[in-house]
Amino acid sequence: MSFNDTVRGVYQEQLKSIKDAGIFKQERFIHSSQAADIEVEFPTGSSLKKVINMCANNYLGLSSHPEVVKAAHEGLDARGYGMSSVRFICGTQDIHRDLENQVTEFLGTEDTVLFPSCMDANAGVFEAILTKDDVMISDRLVHASIIDGIRLCAAEHDTFKHSNMKHLEKKLQLHADKRLKVVITDGVFSMDGDTAKLDEMVTLCEKHDAMVFVDDSHSSGFIGKTGRGTHEKCGVFGKIDIITTTFGKALGGASGGCVSGRRELVEMCRQKARPYLFSNTMAPVVVSGVIKVLEILSGSTERRDKLEENTAYWRKGLTEAGFVLKEGDTPIVPVMLFNAKLSQDISKDLYDEGIYAIGFFFPVVPQGQARIRTQISASHEKHHLDKALEAFIKVGKKYDILGKTKQEIIEKFGA
Amino acid sequence: MDEMKDVILEYVTEEYLEEDDDEISFDTPLISGGIVDSFSMVSLKRFLENKYSISIPDDKATPEAFDSVNKIAVLVQEFVK
Repeated sequence: MSFNDTVRGVYQEQLKSIKDAGIFKQERFIHSSQAADIEVEFPTGSSLKKVINMCANNYLGLSSHPEVVKAAHEGLDARGYGMSSVRFICGTQDIHRDLENQVTEFLGTEDTVLFPSCMDANAGVFEAILTKDDVMISDRLVHASIIDGIRLCAAEHDTFKHSNMKHLEKKLQLHADKRLKVVITDGVFSMDGDTAKLDEMVTLCEKHDAMVFVDDSHSSGFIGKTGRGTHEKCGVFGKIDIITTTFGKALGGASGGCVSGRRELVEMCRQKARPYLFSNTMAPVVVSGVIKVLEILSGSTERRDKLEENTAYWRKGLTEAGFVLKEGDTPIVPVMLFNAKLSQDISKDLYDEGIYAIGFFFPVVPQGQARIRTQISASHEKHHLDKALEAFIKVGKKYDILGKTKQEIIEKFGA
Repeated sequence: MDEMKDVILEYVTEEYLEEDDDEISFDTPLISGGIVDSFSMVSLKRFLENKYSISIPDDKATPEAFDSVNKIAVLVQEFVK
């Protein structure tokens, strides 16, 4: 069948229903490097607008850091542009091994294998290490890439209520007869910004002979006193069996990810994980950049310390202004609005004020929990945060939500 | 049937609701209402199969068929001997 009018009509109908549901995603073109101050073309074709970026995963402000850019240039010159091969044929350079060793040391694990992205790491890891005799028990709010990985794996699957350790223990008891058990969680949850209770989780898993899996994509580089991740923050450094993380957020922000953990599990990924086996790994230029990022972070905690200060300043400002926030202490600071339309209207008004922050609503977040997710960066200076706060207060006053409780906002706008 | 609905309602409440959530009824939309996500539906299916000694084929265990306690009870009835 060719792509005739009937076929085209099928897709046009599907796209229309996405638009009608209000969940059609539209890209905004940034005409500058990723940073706190960016120039954006939105809507498409409009003149450029200078805005403060409050929604990037550029937590440490390293995406355009001169030393990282320089190291990437040098890597490009020294090792070329591409590999034209998967890892196990002729696609592995010395710098891939160097980066894997450095990540292992940074995360305090036994071994590491790189993937083209953390999405690929999560999609491939479970199938590589588990069989139908095993069980995966995941937090209900884990990232979509983990859900895809779980779906690709033959092991049985169960879930526990978000961060509810009593419920997790019930599930561990329910599946006591399985050969292997893996408890799966995000380190920091990307929509709520809360941290997994890894200390309690490790204790439970030791008691019930289960492995612990953590996706630390929103943590690596800045959570914990030296930025190693949630396992450092929760006092269980060295006790996590599998960590996946990304180099596409705080750690330079380009691309790439990894599985890091117990030696045998990492080796199983090298032998069986399909995204590793059937796709090129990270390009030399990106590997060179990430090596520099880890060197910077291993030498100083200055950037994560500044991020922590910025986060505390931003949270305090929003709280004192009277916004309802999700509790937490990570740079993901969700401003709760509950109503989907309100989140979109406020996002638009903020943009008009020069603040780029995105509204999220169901099904990306649970029904009735629409929000503006703000993300703080070490590249934000006080003047950025003050200007953003001023805009939030101006828009908050327009909708009369400052000082209002969750119930009062829902009564006024609906959930 | 009524007893079955009570059993299912109790399980759904305990398995999926948080302490501060509103109570649900037999007709409350579970999947489309965002109470049970389709990914977490697996434990509900397993519970029903164990409790009533039945096997629900995957093509019958759709989000639509699991969208309320009433609908789930109708589905289970199909398979109970």
